[in-house]
Order: sequence, then C-alpha cells, then structure tokens
Amino acid sequence: MRRHLLSSADLTRDDALQVLDTAEELRSLADRPIKKLPTLRGRTVVNLFFEDSTRTRISFEAAAKRLSADVINFSAKGSSVSKGESLKDTALTLEAMGADAVVIRHGSSGAPHRLATSGWVRSSVVNAGDGTHEHPTQALLDAFTLRRHLGDLAGRRITIVGDVLHSRVARSNALLLATLGAEVTLVAPPTLLPVGVSAWPVQTSYDLDSALDKCDAVMMLRVQHERMNAAFFPSAREYSRRYGLDDRRFDRLPDHAIVMHPGPMNRGMEISATVADSTRSVIVEQVTNGVAVRMAVLYLLLSGSDAARPGTEEAVL
Amino acid sequence: MYGIREKTSFNDPSREAEKEVRLVSSAERSVKTTTASRVVLDATDITRALTRIAHEILERNKGPDDVILLGIPRRGVPLAHRMAKVMAKVEGTEVPSGSLDVTMYRDDLRLRPARTLEPTDIPGHGVDGALVVLVDDVLFSGRTVRAALDALGDLGRPRGVQLAVLVDRGHRELPIRADFVGKNLPTSLAERVTVTLAETDAVDAVVISPAEGGIS
Amino acid sequence: MTTHTYLGSPERTYLLRGVSVLGGEPRDLLLGAGQLLDPADAPGDAVTVDGDGLVALPGLVDLHTHLREPGREDAETVHTGSRAAAAGGFTAVHAMANTDPVADTAGVVEQVYNLGRDAGYCDVRPVGAVTVGLGGQRLAELGAMAHSAARVRVFSDDGSCVSDAVLMRRALEYVKAFDGVIAQHSQEPRLTESAQMNEGVMSGVLGLTGWPAVAEEAIIARDCLLAGHVGSRLHVCHVSTAGSVELIRWAKGKGWAVTAEVTPHHLLLTDELVATYDPLYKVNPPLRTAEDVAALRTGLADGTIDCVATDHAPHPTEDKECEWGAAAMGMLGLETALSVVQHTMVDTGLLDWAEVADRMSVRPAAIGRVLTQGQPLQVGAAAHVTLVDPSAVRTVEATESQSLSRNNPYRGLELPGRVVATFLRGRATVLDGKLQ
Repeated sequence: MRRHLLSSADLTRDDALQVLDTAEELRSLADRPIKKLPTLRGRTVVNLFFEDSTRTRISFEAAAKRLSADVINFSAKGSSVSKGESLKDTALTLEAMGADAVVIRHGSSGAPHRLATSGWVRSSVVNAGDGTHEHPTQALLDAFTLRRHLGDLAGRRITIVGDVLHSRVARSNALLLATLGAEVTLVAPPTLLPVGVSAWPVQTSYDLDSALDKCDAVMMLRVQHERMNAAFFPSAREYSRRYGLDDRRFDRLPDHAIVMHPGPMNRGMEISATVADSTRSVIVEQVTNGVAVRMAVLYLLLSGSDAARPGTEEAVL
Repeated sequence: MYGIREKTSFNDPSREAEKEVRLVSSAERSVKTTTASRVVLDATDITRALTRIAHEILERNKGPDDVILLGIPRRGVPLAHRMAKVMAKVEGTEVPSGSLDVTMYRDDLRLRPARTLEPTDIPGHGVDGALVVLVDDVLFSGRTVRAALDALGDLGRPRGVQLAVLVDRGHRELPIRADFVGKNLPTSLAERVTVTLAETDAVDAVVISPAEGGIS
Repeated sequence: MTTHTYLGSPERTYLLRGVSVLGGEPRDLLLGAGQLLDPADAPGDAVTVDGDGLVALPGLVDLHTHLREPGREDAETVHTGSRAAAAGGFTAVHAMANTDPVADTAGVVEQVYNLGRDAGYCDVRPVGAVTVGLGGQRLAELGAMAHSAARVRVFSDDGSCVSDAVLMRRALEYVKAFDGVIAQHSQEPRLTESAQMNEGVMSGVLGLTGWPAVAEEAIIARDCLLAGHVGSRLHVCHVSTAGSVELIRWAKGKGWAVTAEVTPHHLLLTDELVATYDPLYKVNPPLRTAEDVAALRTGLADGTIDCVATDHAPHPTEDKECEWGAAAMGMLGLETALSVVQHTMVDTGLLDWAEVADRMSVRPAAIGRVLTQGQPLQVGAAAHVTLVDPSAVRTVEATESQSLSRNNPYRGLELPGRVVATFLRGRATVLDGKLQ
C-alpha cells in the first residue's frame, strides 16, 4: 500500500486513474446539501507550508475538512521555522502531534521526499510543491480537468508552454500525462528547457505557433519575475511575443481545444486577458477540481493506513 | 527514470474484494471446512425471490407512491433495478431506482486498502420525504447497512427507510434486520457466500463455498 | 602475531614476515630507527608481524584532506582527522586551507603543522590559500607560507575557484620561486551559481540546479593553457568528468607540468544516488554519470590522472540531516579510500598493487614535494609502510570511524580490503587493524 504522494512518476496508470475516478465521484459532493463526508473523522492533516501559497493551502484545507479530518495549518511565516528550526525538528514536532498526513510545500526540491524517507515521521506525506521539482496534485487536477473536457487522454495532444526548467507543474504534468497516454509537447525558449529533457517522455519545440495547430489543450506556465532579469530571455516583451498565448494564436487553436493555467497568471505576459477570460479557458474550473482531486488523494493515502501498523486487527478479505 | 525509488502502488489485488468483510483473528481463520462449493440459489430461484420481495414491498407500503429503491454497489444496484421493473409491471407506473455508494461511510477504512468509489445515483427529486428501500445482495454483519443509513442521512431526510436483501446469512454485529429477505441462509463463519448476477458476472447464482486460505 | 605492551613505541623494531611488497613475491621487511633495514639484521626482540596474504605499500599520501581545524572543531580536528588518516593507511595528508581563519598566513599553516606533529598519526602538510581569505582578489603571502616551518608547497583556494585568469596566472608564476604548485578547484563560478548536482538527465528530473561539466572543463582548459604559457606546475583537484580527463591528457601530451587527482567517490558513485535526496551524496564537484566514472577509472589507470586524493570533508550531522538544498557539500573518505580503489581499480584489473602505490603514494608525494614519503620500500628508505589485507571484506558502518563526523556515503556497502597496519617513520600508528 502506497503511503506517500511525492512525484507523478510514482503513479502507475492504474493509480492515476483511480485517483481521477475517485475524484469524479467526490466532485458531486459540491452539489449536495451536506458537503462533508465522515471518512477521515478523527484523523489529523497538517498543512506544512514553508512557502506562501494561499490557493494550494486553501484547496488542501477544504479537501481535508470535507473529509472530516482535523486540519492544522503550520506556516513557516511567524513560526519557529522562520527562526531557523530545521526540517527535522519541525517533522518531529508534527509526529509528536500525531499527524496522519503531512501536506508539505517547500522551496527546496526533494524536501517532501526527505520528510517521507528520513524516518522522522510516520505520517503519509503529500507533496504540495517542492522547489523546482514537482507538484503532483496540480498535475492530477489538470488531468482531471482535461478528462472532463476531452474524455480519455490516450492519444490527446497537450501543449505545455513556458518556463519548463523551473516549473514543478510542468514536470509533474509531463510525467502524469504521458502515463495517461497523452502526447505532450513542451514549448519553451531553449534557455528554459532542462538539459536532459530529451530523456523525458515528451516532444519539445522552440516554436509555439507550430505546436498549436493540432493540439487538444494548451497549458500556459507562469513566468516568474525573477527569471526576467537572469538572461533566460532578452525581455518580457520578446518573451510575450514569442511564447505568449495572445488572441491571434488563440484563434488558431482547434475549436474544441481548451486553455489551462495553474495560476497565478501574468495577464498580458504569458496569456492575454481575452484568452484568460474566454469560455474555452478552464482556469477557474481547475481550482474547483483541485478540491475533489485532493480529497481523493487524501482518502486513498489514508485509507488502510492502520492495517500496516502493528497492534491492529488483521484485516482478512 | 527513477531507478532508485521504490515503486509501490495504490492498487492492491485485494481491493476488489466483496464490500462487506469481517475482521477475524488468526485463530478463527484457521478453522477450515472441507465442504465443496454448492449452489444454493440458481437463476430461477433468484428471479422468484426478487419478484416476491417486489410484491412484499408494494404490499407493506400500500403501493409504489414515494418508493425509491436504492441499491448498494455493486450487486445491490442491479437487484434494485430488477425489483423496480417488477413493481412497475405490477403497478403500471415507473418506480424510481438508483444506487447509493457507502464507501466513504464505512467503519473499516483505516484497516483496509482504499476502495474505488462507486457511483451514487439518486433518481427523481431526491430522498427528502421518500420511502427509501435499500437493496443489497447479502446481509452479514450489518455494517454496510449502518454505513448506508449514514450516507442516506447526508443526502436528505427520507420519510422511512426499509431494507431488502437477497440473502441473509446471519452473524449480525449491529442491531440491524432486513424488512424483506429473499432467502435466509444459515452459514458458518468459515464459509463464503458469493452472489453473481447476469449484469455484473454473466450468470445469476448464489454459491456457498469453503473459505480458501481463511477467506470468510 | 606477538602482542606487546610497547607496540606503539618508536623504539620498537618490526619484522614484517612474508609480506607481498607491491603485490610481488612474499619477503620480509624490517623496520627500525625510522628506516627500512636489512631483514637479515632483525634483532631477537623484534616484533614480528605475520604478513601472510598482506600487501605492503609505501605509506599512502593524500593531497586533499579537510581537517577543519581551526574553526570547525565540531566537524573534525587535526587530531581526529589524522587518526582517521592513519586508520585508512595514510602516512601523510595535505590539510586544505579553507579553515576559519583561512590558512593564508604563515601563522595559521604553522599552527596546523604543529597540531599535526603533536598528534603524531601522520605527517600533516598544510596547504596554503592562494588568495587572501579565499576571496579570489589578492594573492596571499605565498612565500611566507613556503618559508615557514610548515614548508608549504601546495597552494589552493579549494572550495572556491581562482576564477580570475590574471590572478591565476600570477599565482602559477609566483610559486615557481619555491617549487610550489597551484592546486585548482576548477569551477567556473557563474556557470554554477546555486548549483546542487551534476547537470544532466537526473538534475532535470529531480528539479535541482545543475552543475554542468563544462564549468569544470572550461577552467581546466584555461588553467592548462596558462600553465603551459608560463611554464608552471598546475595540479587539478578532484577531476570529475570525462571531458576533464581528455583535457588533461591533451595538456600532458603537450609536455606541460599538469597533474591531476580523482576522488574515491568519483570512481564509484553516480548522480543516480541523488534521487534519494539524501544529502550524504551531496558533494562538490558533484557525483557525475556512469560514463564519467568509467572515463575517470580509465584515466587513473593510464596515468592521465596522477593520483587518488580523498577530498575527505567532514560535516556535523545537522549539516546533512536536512533537505538537500540546505545541506553542506562533502563526504568522508580517508578510511574508505583504499577499499574503494581496490574495489574499483584493483578488483576490476585496471591497476595492480604497484600502480596503486604509484597513484596513492609515490605520485602524490612527488606533487606535494613530501620528501621522505612515497619512496620505494628498500633498505635505507624512511619506514612509511601500509599493510593491507586485500582478501578481507567489510560492510561499511558509519559509526565505526575515527572521524568526528559521520557523513559516510558508503555506509551499508560491502567493500573489499582492510588496513592491517600503518607505520609512520617505523612507528606503528595502526597495528592488527587497530589504531595505536
């Protein structure tokens, strides 16, 4: 039984489909009078956020609460963490508090992996974004959103555009969408594609226009302001001209194609305001779906977790 | 790409096991029977039992008004649909039937691998004020029904809830009883009761078999 | 083996019976009065060591050791580090200059030198900083360090690269006056800003900032050209890439006075290990690919790379028990170096024991101008001898170490070879596998 979700690469096709199918059932919860399930009653989920990310934290918080879990928000700002407490000591504190799951956002790639494998905590660890590594629940909610619009993703063409080098969203999406059988094309200036990207299960291109014609969905990545002054591209204007989804490029998309963005957007930079607000933009829906997907992840990770521990009754099927 | 990472999976072969399980000690598990499998109800028996239950439901509730049949996935669902059809034929009016997934309300979630959720499909105008008949294939410990009552409570407030099962095999662990029973089947804990249906398993049958390797 | 109360005493005479010198036919070695003597003259009270199955090597010399003293005595001291060196079969180590204060004055190098002499487990040869405070701005007083009691001959800003081409040229030229050598930590700083691991497929997958091979190779190429131009001695520290091996081969082909070292960990470990995100594997230069490892082994075998140097880099637990990005770079090496070399080079047939002696004693001693070390094991030579049992196999335990630190990347690995005895100037620092 899997205990952690650290990387999209950890998910087999069956795992991913199970999360998506479960999320599909859970999404209907939003339409019910009582939007809460007793599933994780008495369990504790800690949101351990070393980086500010209100939207991801709120999404996880809503997901945990809808499953009746107790939620503790542990933010680095203003806590002992900002006073130099080590990841280890923070982890030991959480363990002492009896956390069943730790949802961790950290600026350092691999910190969730470290937390899960160091032996500091027994809880399940969910990666809510680590450095420039991965953000697997974002990929799951993107796949979920894509599936609702496009059906089975096998053979679907998904174009991911922007700062792939520094994007945990791009990494997680490339791996997960490939696992689900989609044909992924990463489009970026050569400076923003990682060395070794040829080993990824994706196509790459430096030319956005050529990648738009036949695609079923285009996912725009946020351009971080700090990259703009580090010679990855000459200027924001040039980037926008070459790699932005403007109205002209939007018109060239096939009629059924949808537009995604993990947020927060730089309107006028990687995406034009018209495109962001168009009916084919599913950016707001991505947020809604995030709660259902994170509920599914928490449910699947925390179910049966006692069976593996000594002292509990043996489950016989 | 991740040569060193341990590959594990959400998926577990045991996940698709029957939805009601018992937790037994190893001592209990070691009790073995040597009785061979036997068919206790065949297709004709099942049809007859469902037809009788359908009539009993109509009789008890003085007609089909407000009655909704909700099957508990997976095999309760086709049973509910079949009974609804019989009732519709008798009464000459549609009887709504649907499904109610109880997975998230189970009391053994911490102890077993995660189960895939099944659809919940509430027909008509919901359960408020309705007479809901829960339908399941086998009544055993009663824990599934307990979970179903909780799930139902979160969907609304029915005027009444009744329980119809194809087989009652005894060994209740909660104060729950069925209102309508296709067949009472006294069993040993060391036996396994398997219901197969044409819709899910190609053939209609109820089989009792010795539990293999401690399967109850 | 005879046990004796005064085994560690310098007055003892040791008769090593039937040892295989450099892997050759078994013969006897007699160690007395700090020298190798004629075994025929063995006195009756000589301590006899049964050398059956043991290989005798000249005492190992490490060109690259971090002893952390002064400044980080919580990680290592000259005392504990030199004990670890002896346990690993070393009779001389070069203590790197990146201490606090930096070893950039005669005072600091003399302090380290004296601490080493007082500890007495091996010759501690301080390395002097090239630039003041390792700042890369002004030359340190190289001449003063050379003429101090420590007689510094190796100068390095290790940990930082002397990236300024003019400063590097001047340093190379200046040390000619006292036969010194500049040991360069080849790392182009701009290409490696906030670098965390080898740049390649793994860094892309793991989302860690890459440390590209070109950042090492560009500096090596430049330095070789400079050394050729001014006719100076250049030593390239911890070569880690296949491209670097090629460049050094090219420079040697030109007849330039370029030497190079490789660390044991770069001969064995690859960047695949970083997938664990365990900072035990975080080191600078980073672990590279299997292709690089193969090229480094070939380069060491054919002599392109002159020697093995440990880059023994102790770090306290808290600097490794954290997330990758926050962790310190470096790993222990003194006590496992010979085993790793046996495993990667001897057991694979790439080197015989005579060549191991050349790469781990003779050449590093020559590069560092360590006069009495790295000499042939013949009568009259200083008695620096290491006895190794190549048939022994051990599972590496991080806790079984003389070092103060525990950042051992080989923990749990099964490695061949065991240092049975180390003699420094005829005195046993290790005997029967135990530190004396």
